[in-house]
Formats: sequence, C-alpha cells, structure tokens
Amino acid sequence: MAKKIFPKEEVCVGCHLCEVYCVYAHSKYKKPTPKAHELIKLYNKYKDSKPTPRILVEEKSGEWTTFALQCRHCDDAPCTKACITGAMKKLEDGRVICDEEKCVGCWSCIMACPHGAVRRGENKKAASKCDLCLELGEPACVKNCPNEALVIKEV
Amino acid sequence: MRYVIIGNSVAACGCIEAIRKVDLQNPIIVISDEKYRVYSRPLISYYLAGKVDESKMYIRDEDYYEKNKVEPILGEKAISVDFKNKEVVLDDNSKVKYDKLLIATGGKPFVPPTKGFELKNVFTFIKFDDVKAIDEAIKNGAKKAVVIGAGLSGLKAAEALIKRGLEVTVVELANRILGSILDLEASKIVQDEIEKHGIVFKLETSVDEIIGDGKVEKVRLKNGEVLDSDIVVFAIGVVPNIDFLKGTELKINRGIVVDEHMRTNIEDVYAAGDCAEGYDFVFEQQRVIPIWPNAYNQGETAGYNMAGVEKTFDRGFPMNSIGFFDVHMITAGIVVPNSDDIEVLVKHDKEKNAYRKIYVKNGRVLGFMFINSIDRAGMITNMIKEGLNVESIKHRLLDDDFGYLDLPKELRQEKILGGAKA
Repeated sequence: MAKKIFPKEEVCVGCHLCEVYCVYAHSKYKKPTPKAHELIKLYNKYKDSKPTPRILVEEKSGEWTTFALQCRHCDDAPCTKACITGAMKKLEDGRVICDEEKCVGCWSCIMACPHGAVRRGENKKAASKCDLCLELGEPACVKNCPNEALVIKEV
Repeated sequence: MRYVIIGNSVAACGCIEAIRKVDLQNPIIVISDEKYRVYSRPLISYYLAGKVDESKMYIRDEDYYEKNKVEPILGEKAISVDFKNKEVVLDDNSKVKYDKLLIATGGKPFVPPTKGFELKNVFTFIKFDDVKAIDEAIKNGAKKAVVIGAGLSGLKAAEALIKRGLEVTVVELANRILGSILDLEASKIVQDEIEKHGIVFKLETSVDEIIGDGKVEKVRLKNGEVLDSDIVVFAIGVVPNIDFLKGTELKINRGIVVDEHMRTNIEDVYAAGDCAEGYDFVFEQQRVIPIWPNAYNQGETAGYNMAGVEKTFDRGFPMNSIGFFDVHMITAGIVVPNSDDIEVLVKHDKEKNAYRKIYVKNGRVLGFMFINSIDRAGMITNMIKEGLNVESIKHRLLDDDFGYLDLPKELRQEKILGGAKA
C-alpha cells in the first residue's frame, strides 16, 4: 500500500505555509516543525532566489480556488521510465524519490510527469520532488497545514 | 523457462523489471557486446564534459543483476539467432538457449561512406568506449573538432567538446539544427543561443573528405571549405542495430516489426527499443521511435508478455527533453506539421527568451515545442497521450503558469485524486 497526500481545494486558503514547512523539512534542520530563528536562518540562505519547495501551490488570478499539489507517487511512475540517469526511482514502499546527487537536470521527468508535479530544484541543477518526509514520520505539509487542507492516506 | 535478452540498455531494464514483477524464479540472461553493466548512453556527453564520473554512468545499482536474478553475459556479441532451435549464437560460437527472446540491440551510428573515415581520431558518438577514446585524444593534445550532424547527439557532443576547451565546428546537411525536434523558427532561437558559446555552424553542407597522414588533419566540406581539425565526430543519427538478423525469417522493415505486445512475426521472439518498429500513436503509423522512454515502455511491455501477462503499449510517440548550456527544451509529437488544418499557437517572450509553440487539430494537441519555458510540460505530453479536448483552454496552454486550475473541476479532481476521496 502506497501513501499519498491529497489536497482538499474546498478548504485550502492559499497561504503557502505548506511550502515554507516543506523547505524547512528538507533543509539541514530536518524537523517537522521549525523554531522561528531556524526559519529565519534558513531563509536568509536564499538571498538571491526563493527556495524551491517540493510542493506546488496552484493559484490563478481572478479565481479563489487554490490547492497544493505534490508528487502523486504514481504506481506506474512515468518519470522513473523517462529518467536517463536512474536517479528517479520507485521504492518498494511505493514512494517515488529522486537521488539528487545522480540527477543531471535533463528534465525528462518534467516531460513525463502527467501532473506537472516535479520541480526544478535549487539553481535548477536537480529535480526536486515530494518524498513524503518519511524520515519525519509525517509529511511536514500535512502536519502544519492550518486548515487541514492536506491529508495523507493509504490507497 | 529461460528468458534471454540481447542488448543491455534501458529496454532490457524495462523487460527485466516487468518479468520480475510476475516471475521471481526463472532465469533471465542478458547478452551484450559491451563489457559494462547497464549504463546510460545519453550520459556519455556528460561524461566527456566532466559533469559525471564513471560511477554515475550506471543507471541501476551495482547489485541489480544479482537482485533480479539476471545472468549477464557481457563483452560477447550475439552474431545470429537460430529461431528454429531457439538459440542465440555468440561470436565464440557458443549457444544460448531461450524459451522467450527479447531483441533489444538498440541503434548503431549511421555513417555515410566517407573518404578518410579510417584515419585515427575519427569517432562515432554512441557508446561509452566512444567518449573514452575521444577523452584520450583530447588528453593527447587535440584542439580542434569537427562534429558531423546537428541533431541531439551531435550538439551534445559539440557542447561537451567546447566545455573541454576545444574549438568546435558543427556541420549539418539540413538548413537547421535539431531538425527532428524543432521547426525552423524554434531552431533559430536555439542556434543563436548555442552560437553565443562559441560553437560554429556550417549548415546545408556535409563532409566530403577527411584528410590526414595517419590521423585527422583537415576536413573538406562539400561546399569546398577546408577546416583544420584534430578530431572528427560522426553523430548523424542512428539506425537499428539489426544487421545480424537480416536475411532470416524475422520481419524487418526499417526496424524489427512489432505489434502492440512487442511480438515479432516469430513466436516467442519480441523486440523493443531503438531496434524495433512499433506503432506511433501521433503519426498513426509504424515507426522506429529512438527515444529513451519509448524503449523502457516497449521493453516493459515485452517483459510482461514474455512472462505470460498480457499488456499492450500503443501510445508511443516521440518526446524529448534536452538542454544545451542554459537553454532547455521539451518537445513532443509532431513538430513540423504537414497539413493546413492544423492550428498553430505561439508565444515568444523575447525578454526571457521563452518560446512555446503548440499544434492543435480538431481540439487535440498534436505536438509542441517549449524552449526555456518547460515547467509542467508533462501535463501537455499527457494531453497528447490521452487525446484530451483542449478547445476551451487552448490559449492557456501557452502560459507557463498553466496548471490543473485550468481544467474543469471534475476532471482535475479525477486526475489528482485518481478515484480516491480527499
């Protein structure tokens, strides 16, 4: 059984906090909930560019609907089949992860992902994607969404 | 049951991985004339440029064969197949018996007969050993290079060579670069960017003769120009690597003809990847589609069917994601339309040098070219595959913030949730 995160667009308010927590959870701090000073230190690192979260908040001007989308960890993961380096792989626990050390940034995964859920990471060097924060026990975006607009479920 | 695969690249991986999903027991034998475990051919230019080292060339873990109970026979070439007795014959005349055979021998470089091809420092650009030899030539002092072919591999070769400090000229017979993935307008944009990095193009000509005393010294072009050169790289294209099967009862057109199960005309014999000719869903004809994801998908489909699980793959079409220096592009489907009833959507943001062109026919996307505006391009690739009607949203497809919010709520939720409830 693979776990997946589902967005509830009916209750998402587009606050982008999931992005903040996602960046934090994938930083050297690797904790689900940040302390304020750590967040400031972390974001100070990105003076020239915004950090890349592994989640994508969709919003459109003139529309009120928003929601946060991340990798669907597809059973048939097309990104893993298009990857020319073997960096993108499906693990036995159902997660699709990217070995950023191996990735060369050819963006074949972006070409193949039907959801548009793979992002170009920091400095556009390697693909950056949701790994379900397995090390933390619970995805940081789910844990910290103020409106419970993200839920994790086994499907 | 013995599964035998001739070839050891990504189509073989697809096959092995599919078989092992349903059959954990029976042996899989992989035969390859290269001595390396499964590596990535697209990465050879990265290796040459110094961007990846040898350890990162391999697309699967070191224990891949062991874990998947694969017996690799590496460094030995299959020279024929005895389809009657179900045996693959190797170049040392030993025989490998099979019950189910996958032919996944990929492509081999296409080189037109050229005077001087036998000279030292003339290379092709497909295999790991090719770039190791080029690397050696550079270490021995090569300073100037002529690359023949301005397609995907020719330009990746040129990029790597210029990053290694060589002077590089690219010779191309067509009137544009990247003819297989870009139309004239898009090609111009990319060419301008590549030229800024010092690569010189000679279009609408080809090599007439390679001149040198033992090793390359000059290249004479058909237009009469003579270029000084220390190395020549042929990267015109690939053709199916199937010479050893010609004249047998195996049905071959341009490639080995396969159906949607990757079956050939011979029982228990399958083919996949750059050596196979399968159905192109966008072009609506049998074609060789020599691209990586297609090879994996075909190999996977063959693997399932070889192991007795019926699966079909009938959604193959060309798609490419490639970058040169800082220019990245993703293209798919038809890039040069040949009929008048195709609607062309274009957006060129000159400031960002971002370009999107999409071809739509009867409300469906037939192909696209995205340059420097590639995020979420897979959504469009998937629209081609699914034949989604985009009539109501087509102009939004040109915007780089196009997303699920542009789709009707029901469709969006179905795609995101995949039938589950949030």
